[in-house]
Parts: sequence; C-alpha cells; structure tokens
Amino acid sequence: MSMLHLTYQVPGDDFTRAGEASGDVKHKLKKLGYEPDAVRRVAIAMYEGEINMVIHAGGGEAVVDIDPDRVDILLQDHGPGIADVDQAMQAGWSTAPDNVRALGFGAGMGLPNMKKYTDEMTIDSVVGEGTAVRMTVFPGRKEEGR
Amino acid sequence: MAEFYHSVTLNEEKCVGCTNCIKRCPTEAIRVRGGKAVIASERCIDCGECIRICPHHAKRARHSHLSQLSDFTYTIALPAPALYGQFNNLDDIDYVLTGLKEMGFDHVFEVSRAAELVSEATRKLMDSGALKRPVISSACPAVVRLIRVRFPDLCDHVLPLKSPMETAAAMAKKEAQEKTGLPPEQIGCFFITPCPAKVTDIKMPLGIEKSMVDGAIAISEVFPELSHKMDHLEKVEPLSVSGIIGVGWSTSGGEAAALLNEKYLAADGIENVIRVLEEIEDERIGELDFIELNACAGGCVGGVLCVENPYVAKARIQRLRKYLPVSQNHLKGGPVPKVMEWEEDLEFSNVLTLSSDLKEAMQMMLKIDEIEQEFPGLDCGACGAPTCRAFAEDVVKGICKDTECIFVYRKRMKKVASTLSELEKSMGRFSVEELDPKEEKE
Repeated sequence: MSMLHLTYQVPGDDFTRAGEASGDVKHKLKKLGYEPDAVRRVAIAMYEGEINMVIHAGGGEAVVDIDPDRVDILLQDHGPGIADVDQAMQAGWSTAPDNVRALGFGAGMGLPNMKKYTDEMTIDSVVGEGTAVRMTVFPGRKEEGR
Repeated sequence: MAEFYHSVTLNEEKCVGCTNCIKRCPTEAIRVRGGKAVIASERCIDCGECIRICPHHAKRARHSHLSQLSDFTYTIALPAPALYGQFNNLDDIDYVLTGLKEMGFDHVFEVSRAAELVSEATRKLMDSGALKRPVISSACPAVVRLIRVRFPDLCDHVLPLKSPMETAAAMAKKEAQEKTGLPPEQIGCFFITPCPAKVTDIKMPLGIEKSMVDGAIAISEVFPELSHKMDHLEKVEPLSVSGIIGVGWSTSGGEAAALLNEKYLAADGIENVIRVLEEIEDERIGELDFIELNACAGGCVGGVLCVENPYVAKARIQRLRKYLPVSQNHLKGGPVPKVMEWEEDLEFSNVLTLSSDLKEAMQMMLKIDEIEQEFPGLDCGACGAPTCRAFAEDVVKGICKDTECIFVYRKRMKKVASTLSELEKSMGRFSVEELDPKEEKE
C-alpha cells in the first residue's frame, strides 16, 4: 500500500481537459518537495499517456501511487487496444487522426517519450478490450539517453 | 536567506480585510488574519498584482523619493523606456531626458541603451550554444522570482545576464566617475521604475551580489513634475542614444523581437506567464529558442507604477520608435563581457513545499486531503485563505483552526445544538423536583 493513492477519471469526450490529471499530480509532487527531476519526468510521461488515452481510447482511469522512493502510474483504458506494441513504441509511428494532428499532437512520440522519461514501463494491451500502461519513476535515477 | 525586503507592503488602516488580494496572488502569499491582509514574506514575488486589484488602495509599493537625490554629490536618472509611453504627443525622447535634468538630476542615462547591449549579448550567448533551450528571459524580476519558488526545474533555463537596469547603472557610474573624478559612493543612480519588483530587485538582487542602482523612484512620482517641466523647456538637449530595439523593451515582445530569430514566444500577464511556464516544464512547448515573459499585461508599460493605460502607452511607443535607427549601442567584438553576466546561479527556493522531510510532507498531504473533505469547496475566502485547499494546508500546518471556516463552524454549532436538545429531551423524563432538592422544601 502506497502512502499517497490518487485516482483520476480522464474524460474521453473533452479534449480541452486532457492534461488536468497529470497537472494535478505535478502540483502535488511539488508541494511534497519531491526531487525536481523526478517531478518533471512524472509530469511529462503521465501527460503523454493521458493525451494518448484521450486521443485513442475515449478516456480512461489514471491511478497514481506515491511513495518517498517511487512513483507508480497506471493508465487504464477500455479503448481499441494496440495491435502491435513494438511497432507503436517506434518513434514517429502514430495512428492519430488528422484533426488531432492539426493541434500538434500525433507525432508518434508519445509512447517513446513515456519510455524515455520513466525508469520502468510495461504495456498490457488486448485488441478490442483496452490497454494498461504501468510506469514507474524512481527519484534520483536517470532515464536513458540523458 | 533569513531576511526579506519587499517593495509591496500593506497600509493597515485602509485594509478592510476583503478577499480581493488573497484571490489574486499568484503564489498564495496573502492571508487575511484578524481582519487585515498579511503577506508571507518568503512567498511574495513583488509582482504588484495585489496593488492593482485592491479597491481600497491598502496595498502600496515602497520606493525611493526625489528628496533622496540630496544624499549624493552627483545624481543620474536611469529612465525605464516605459516612461516614454506616458506622455501624450511625444515625438522626441530628448524632451523627457531634458525634463529629468530640469528636475534636478545631473545626468541621464537611458536604460534602453543598456537594453540594446543586453540584446546583443543574448544573441551572442544563444549563438554560442551554451544556453539550455528554450532560454527564458531574466528581465522581469517578478517572473524570475516566480520561477525560483514555483518552477525548480526551469531555474537553469533563465538567461544568466544582468538586467538592462543593472548594466545601465554600471555604465553610467563608470562614465560619471571618469567625468567628475568623484568616488562611486558619491554618485547616485536612480532607476525611474514602472514596477515594485524592480525596487525589490535593487534591494535584494538575484544573480548578482549587490546592485549598482542606489534607488528606484516610481514613474507615478516623477510624472506630474516631469510633464510640467517638459511643457516649459527653453532648450532641448540632444541626449537620447537609443534605437528601436532598446525602446521596444518597454512592451511585451520587444526583447524577443530584438533577437532577430523568429523562434520565440512572448507572454504577458501573470496567469499567462504561469501557463507558459507549466507547458515548458512538461516539454509541451517545443522548437522555440526564446521565451520572453512579463508579469504585467502589455509588458513594462503595464507596471502598477505607470500612470497611463498600458495599451495607450504601447501605441505611443510604437509611434515614437518609428523614425529611430534600429540600434545605437553595440558591443565591441569578441565574447560577451563578464561584467554583463550573472555572478551566481539562480537557485530554487522551496518555500511552497509542505515540509523539508518527504515522509512528513506526505503525512501532511494525507491530512490535508482528509480535512479538505469537510470544507464546502466554495473557495469563498471568508476564512482568510484563497481556497479551501490552501486553508486545509494552513490548518495542517497549525497556523489556524478549522472552525475559522464559517461552514465548519455552523456545522459544529448545529451539532452542539442538537446534542443539547437531545439532552434536554432525555432530561424531560425526570421532574424538576427530583433534580433540585430546594424545590422540595417549598
């Protein structure tokens, strides 16, 4: 059981509200005095994941568990699922529709960035049922490629 | 830092304890306690928003006064270019500068001159590739202070160059020393300021150890006398040495445009500034090299110590700039002079965190979440805190009691009342005689 357990419903029908959950988590981590680099990594990775849920899955649920030595993020949706996770992980690969790309999203950097900024990430996806992305950030640890 | 100096202060007599300023403050630094506003020193960034919003004029900015000129043998006015936007039908900056001399200053050195050098130095540093992108402007002291308390991860994006005001003071003092042979302490440099944040920046600078500026006088203080002098000038001296770039620093977008690189963004107004900083932090703003941020709407012309509407001032400055050369001040070749650079790094100041101990902070946050449930979520401000959440934080920190929330108080009172009436009902089963032996005798 984590010390702080936060849950958020990410609405799928209102694109303008995407980013609210990750924004709240960032604000709370700062209030706690969490290590700035870890705060930034959590904020970026969770924001990307939250946007993904809105663009591709019609929203979902975000569960964040905060402990002094780790932050765990679970993003669970009931969207179409990812047919080929390895392909989705490639930089530049995207299935985002044009209207979303017009807003500057859908560059195919979401999942690669989430992987880059977190210390652990797993994706469980079943086509037709949904996707669960689990990410963990350990404060003080560096992400790859920095 | 143990002590804080702030330009923004409260006039207790005028404060009626309303909720305007607590709601407006971008760092939640103000609370109403005992019917008066109280500013938390360590949180205040001197942006002046509370001065702007207070309908009772209870918030004011401390600044230097013209009477202080007599403390020095030789005095120099350093006018912010925002000053030029305050006068109607002005088409020559020399009127303003000559007018300042008529008011008693021995010399005038335009801050816009130094701004042109800072622009050139910024271009050089950006070209050298040594700065972390996007580079965030350091010219607005309220923004630098905001970053310092709210955006720890952006501290190293802030442009490590002294402000035009500092560079102007250093140049003006050196020039005056050479000309008069006086020691620096007898030469007084006074910035003519559009905002209180600059006053604070002189007393407690960031990035440098000590300011070269001896005082800051509000534009609103010099304005009446200056405009009178300007109307009665016998002869106008050719004093101005500024170009479009330097004068442009007075309005939002001016500093960024001077970089001659279109990959920039300029945001003004404190809420917009916060929104942009949040997005930079989340790496949602990509492909930009420079971010210009001004706490006041419109830029420095929007400062609370200006007299003119910022948009009118902006229009005037556009007109004034029209026939000026692009820039009249240039660095000698080579690298950026060391004297223009910051002497120390900008360091994060964690005044907004709950506790220095992470575990304790987490316990406090749990408690805050729990207490917040009891509050109505109206953010009415009647308790003196800007939001129910901020109030819950204050309660957990032991600064105040939860019953200062009128809703909690009412709920508790109802409970007490119903307990009493329950008690009364249950007592009704006994006769009065049984309870009071004296009654029996009668």
